[in-house]
Amino acid sequence: MSESTGITPTQYIHHHLSYWTVGEGFWALNLDTLLFSVGLGALLLLGMYLVVRRSTSGVPGKWQNFIELLLTGIHDNVKQIFLFDNPVIAPLAITIFIWIWAMNFMDIVPVDLLPRFAQFIGVHAFGADPEHVYLKVVPTNDMNMTFGLSLGVFLLTLYYSFAKKKAVLVVPNVLMNVVETISKPLSLSLRLFGNLFAGEILFILIAMLPAWGSWSLSLVWMLFHLLVITIQAFVFMMLSVVYLSMAHTTHDSHSH
Amino acid sequence: MDIVTSIANVQGLTALGVCLIFGMGAFGTAIGFGILGGKFLEGCARQPELGGMLMGRMFLVAGLLDAVAMIGIGFALFFVFANPFVGAVTSAAATAVGAK
Repeated sequence: MSESTGITPTQYIHHHLSYWTVGEGFWALNLDTLLFSVGLGALLLLGMYLVVRRSTSGVPGKWQNFIELLLTGIHDNVKQIFLFDNPVIAPLAITIFIWIWAMNFMDIVPVDLLPRFAQFIGVHAFGADPEHVYLKVVPTNDMNMTFGLSLGVFLLTLYYSFAKKKAVLVVPNVLMNVVETISKPLSLSLRLFGNLFAGEILFILIAMLPAWGSWSLSLVWMLFHLLVITIQAFVFMMLSVVYLSMAHTTHDSHSH
Repeated sequence: MDIVTSIANVQGLTALGVCLIFGMGAFGTAIGFGILGGKFLEGCARQPELGGMLMGRMFLVAGLLDAVAMIGIGFALFFVFANPFVGAVTSAAATAVGAK
């Protein structure tokens, strides 16, 4: 495949690692990341809405059953960790888990499928040079996406840290938490990014092997990667809930 | 020093660095997973009815174990495909040639 189009393996890899960037400098937006993340979120919302609309308290249908399974699973996990009263946690945990899982799942789609489709559209509809049509389909592959997610969670924890505690010991508290303040959003985001980036690179490298190697190895790696994306979405959700519960603890002796 | 030699030098050292990152990450992760899995099996043997809960906690800790190794792999792959050190050498060489 790479011989017929005459591109070298390095060029192939570089092509697959480039974003569809629009704008420059600070305002360089990775349009593919934005479109896929928002699009997947909208798709999930639509799907859940269509199921919930026809939900019954009698015998549930397949989809209602599946969504109830998912939600009770998340609920059981979160309930053991978050022992406070906050209506934001449930939707937050559900959103984080399902959205990150769906975005990670885009990594399972074959490497060349959607980029080739985009190239086709680009060449025929817009007359663009096929070498310069870039599309990266996994939003969580982009450090911007994972940092956006982790900074969002981090800002929530900061807000609750200040709102739930008395203001007396603010300064020493903040000073002692400097290391955590730096490491928490960084590790939360880079963990997800590293896993997904490594997975995508491996898929690209496997795609460059001859047919026998490419088909068998990509099956093996895909099966392992299914486990990895579930674990990473789960870990992101659990750690967000743990950080939020740590932000809510007051060690208040009269609240027990 | 000749530009090709400089670039080859930097790339060789980068390759060594990438191998160390991969290897040591794998080493630590393997030992960690071994201990984790062993404790999980022990816990299941003692109290089989807690098997499901323990497995959930095990995957949580497994995700945390993977974390720094994966961060390392992410950076190592960045060094492989978009080496900033080679970029620094080439831009320094460009300014040197331009100054001449």
